[in-house]
Amino acid sequence: MGQYTENELAKDLENQDYKFGFVTDVETEKIPVGLNEDIIRLISSKKEEPKWLLDYRINAYRTWLTMTEPEWAHVRYQKPDFQNITYYAAPKQTKKYESWDDVDPEMKETMGKLGISMEEQKRLTGVAVDFVMDSVSVATSFKSKLKELGIIFCSFSEAVQEYPELVREHMGTIIPHTDNFYAALNAAVFTDGSFCYIPKGVRCPMELSTYFRINAGGTGQFERTLVIADEGAYVSYLEGCTAPQRDENQLHAAVVELKALKDAEIKYSTVQNWYPGDKNGIGGVFNFVTKRGLCETNAKISWTQVETGSAVTWKYPSCILKGDHAVGEFYSVAVTNNYQQADTGTKMIHLGKNTKSTIISKGISAGDSQNSYRGLVQIHKNAHKSRNFSQCDSLLMTDHCGAHTFPYIECKNPTAQIEHEATTSKIGEDQLFYCKQRGISEEKAISLIVNGYCKEVLNQLPMEFAVEAQKLLAISLEGSVG
Amino acid sequence: MIEIINLHANIEGKEILKGLTLTVKAGEVHAIMGPNGAGKSTLASILAGREEYEITSGEVTFEGADLLELSTEERAHLGLFLAFQYPVEIPGVSNVNFLRTAINEIREAKGEDSISAKEFMAMVREKSKIVELDSKLASRSVNEGFSGGEKKRNEIFQMAMLNPKLAVLDETDSGLDIDALRIVAKGVNTLKSADNASIVITHYQRLLDYIVPDFVHVLHDGKIVKTGNKELALELEEKGYDWIKEETQVG
Repeated sequence: MGQYTENELAKDLENQDYKFGFVTDVETEKIPVGLNEDIIRLISSKKEEPKWLLDYRINAYRTWLTMTEPEWAHVRYQKPDFQNITYYAAPKQTKKYESWDDVDPEMKETMGKLGISMEEQKRLTGVAVDFVMDSVSVATSFKSKLKELGIIFCSFSEAVQEYPELVREHMGTIIPHTDNFYAALNAAVFTDGSFCYIPKGVRCPMELSTYFRINAGGTGQFERTLVIADEGAYVSYLEGCTAPQRDENQLHAAVVELKALKDAEIKYSTVQNWYPGDKNGIGGVFNFVTKRGLCETNAKISWTQVETGSAVTWKYPSCILKGDHAVGEFYSVAVTNNYQQADTGTKMIHLGKNTKSTIISKGISAGDSQNSYRGLVQIHKNAHKSRNFSQCDSLLMTDHCGAHTFPYIECKNPTAQIEHEATTSKIGEDQLFYCKQRGISEEKAISLIVNGYCKEVLNQLPMEFAVEAQKLLAISLEGSVG
Repeated sequence: MIEIINLHANIEGKEILKGLTLTVKAGEVHAIMGPNGAGKSTLASILAGREEYEITSGEVTFEGADLLELSTEERAHLGLFLAFQYPVEIPGVSNVNFLRTAINEIREAKGEDSISAKEFMAMVREKSKIVELDSKLASRSVNEGFSGGEKKRNEIFQMAMLNPKLAVLDETDSGLDIDALRIVAKGVNTLKSADNASIVITHYQRLLDYIVPDFVHVLHDGKIVKTGNKELALELEEKGYDWIKEETQVG
């Protein structure tokens, strides 16, 4: 984080509005609005999918029809009209790019504006990127270099074509389509996403990253990500998200499945900055996401998320600690401002012996927003000597926002050790005054205090993302003390 | 350096300062003493720019500028420093990061370039010695988990780093043992020069055994009622404040 100077921060703060609110002018191919089995067949045929996958989708759709939208979260919103969404929107010219030069210039410009660099030779740091716009993956960099190590990193659609056995073997095994309403919907209509496989004993030499972008209006984004780390493998994976500024509420219902086999480690980081809606709470993305990872013996999954965007967030990246000695971690910063609502947290399911989990959650509420932590720590009866440590802190920036904590603990093994700490504090006028007396402006003081408050989480992010996240926090909380 | 003329100030409708007048010139050390509730800390807060106070009349000129028109940070940029009576903890923000930010903000306000990392670290090493501050404290979060004495030493360390024109020390001696007191005083004395000045606010005389003031003022009921030299402080120590109160009432 050291490279990022305060001057740069100040410069970024000048541009305090949502800076990713633009729309790319590319021709978009959309299918008819609405949802039924024909639509699903159409999506599947567009993607030239094998029959098993179509069957999977139809099955999920039929399950979804029997389900109801969950209402237990501490959020209020107008439920989406699922018949009024276009489930497939793709920038035209979706034929495979042979090289970077084939990519539409508009698209290149979009990536430029989003700060994504795909030109491998120009990149200084090793981050391979898969760029997903609306329903399809647009480009993936460093693919061939990764392939030399046996690492597969490609769009989900490509994986279905190229590695159907791998996809079929793992997809839906961690989050079955019956898991919940949005997971079922995603299983029925998902259009693309990222796929990643790290072979046995391979340590992925660069950060893998997917950038999700909603561009077209009237659409939803339903992507699926599947990351498999084979025995002893290691991978660090990042995802970033933005969307244009619109009055409508766009739906984003993603599914992310992680599988860490014996001795493997997956580090999954998210910087979520979907359009949050305007100051009066109009528009913004509904972010209803299911994320879960499975840890076999001695494996480790670490979720880190910085959530600043979306009008409504409903998201609980979880770990199933199936194998003995498995480790699960969840580090989260969730910021809500204006009328944003977030209900986020994690589930740590301890099945194996000596499993260990850590939860560090930092909620920051500003404006009239509502910010909830919801977590479950479940120790099953065979999970001898398992341990959990949870820390949930809430920071209030105004006196009309809300912070809530819903921690659930279920313990069926007497040898387990569970610790839970929680604090709620208001950003101190005294802290601000102290900073100002030393010559530090209010905006910078807030950014300093908030970043300090989130430090434990931000430290978990890879360097590049940590800087982004720092800026994002400052921008999200601009002028928010009151 | 600073000229305070007939300053009146309220908090929540209650008048605390009732016509305070004080002039401090470069190179001088002024001590302000007085009983509890006299308005000592109010004066410090108003000079630093706390917003809870309402200034009803009076003028304050600092380095040629109308101080009361300036924001807290602008005052700091001009070289006003307040050593807090109760230094605030800022978890997760390292002391060095905090100070580097402050120094660069002040430099930027003056149109100067940011301090280089090398120059900054050299300065940290040099200045932390003045207050015998463990270099580990410099990299820890601002005041978090510091003992009372460490917090006060950290205030003086920050003062040394920021090199202010005018330092206001608000009861810096409160809660200090004799060793910490000596270290803090040594810091203040080391930093003293012909170009800067300090206002030392204290309830007790003992700090003035270590920091020798050029002037001692007694603040009572929102006004400076008596001004003298070091001898006055000793007299107050011996006799308490009651005779001042009586004298004022009679007067």
